[in-house]
Amino acid sequence: MNRPQTNIVDRPVSKGKAEVNISSFAFLFSEMIQYCQDRIKAGHELEKKLSDMGYSIGPRLLELLCVREKNSKRETKLLGILSFIHTTVWKSLFGKTADSLEKSTEAEDEYMISDNNMVVNKFISLPKHLGSLNCAAFVAGIIEGILCSAEFPARVTAHNVTVEGKKFPKTVILIKFNPEVIERNI
Amino acid sequence: MIYSLYILNKAGTLIYQNDYGPTEKLSHNSYIRLGSTFHSLHAIASNLSPVSGSSSGIELIETDTFKLQCFQTHTGIKFYIIADPNHPGLEEILHGIYELYTDYVLKNPFYEIEMQIRCDLFDYKLSRLLKLTTD
Repeated sequence: MNRPQTNIVDRPVSKGKAEVNISSFAFLFSEMIQYCQDRIKAGHELEKKLSDMGYSIGPRLLELLCVREKNSKRETKLLGILSFIHTTVWKSLFGKTADSLEKSTEAEDEYMISDNNMVVNKFISLPKHLGSLNCAAFVAGIIEGILCSAEFPARVTAHNVTVEGKKFPKTVILIKFNPEVIERNI
Repeated sequence: MIYSLYILNKAGTLIYQNDYGPTEKLSHNSYIRLGSTFHSLHAIASNLSPVSGSSSGIELIETDTFKLQCFQTHTGIKFYIIADPNHPGLEEILHGIYELYTDYVLKNPFYEIEMQIRCDLFDYKLSRLLKLTTD
């Protein structure tokens, strides 16, 4: 029996299996953080290390999502790429959209994406001496990788923001674009 | 009503303790001593069993004033709670606590295994579980 051979490029693009066991991910992520911790001298370097790990994922993810979801078209507008990250990227990474996307009221070049229950932080309790650290620095790295490879160079960082009436802070991903991006957009 | 919860590591060191009822506070050292004493009693009890090699040690102690239920995991960690004598479902509560431990302690990259448990999320989920089950 010979099945008719179809060329791989004629087949529809695979949607990809979207879900991974949360425990497996949590253990892997936990090991990543411990690996980074063993290789740093001061506490603040941990964020940088995690962000670097995420950064290399960004370009690949952008490429993949452009092909799968966007018909091989890449966003060229500032707001376009931001909402692409807020919805498409978030959905493919975490299975839901981010909780909000806002423009900073203080600076022209800053945007914030916030998430009340960051999946990567689900099981993480920070020790007292690392209070300001947010392990979503890894996610910030991914976003930075996406933005930089989409020609929107930016600095992306993750922050803890306390919400009134909630015991645990939410995660805010702060995106600060390079001046040329803002100039181009006007 | 649940009075207190103790978690011992496999060497018998107290790694977590919290009181929930209106129990009298003891000194830090007394808690450690209580924990180690229970660990030793547990070990002796499993050796005293008339059928050799089949006992898993103390599971339940019942008295007129309190009840102590213990659960030992395959890795040798012991969870035990002290509750009032007619508190139902202690075994289920211990399993619930074990589940929380595997999630919020073992998956936390900043927790060193066998050491003191200091995890905010674990504390929070624990208080929620115990409030839920004592109501």
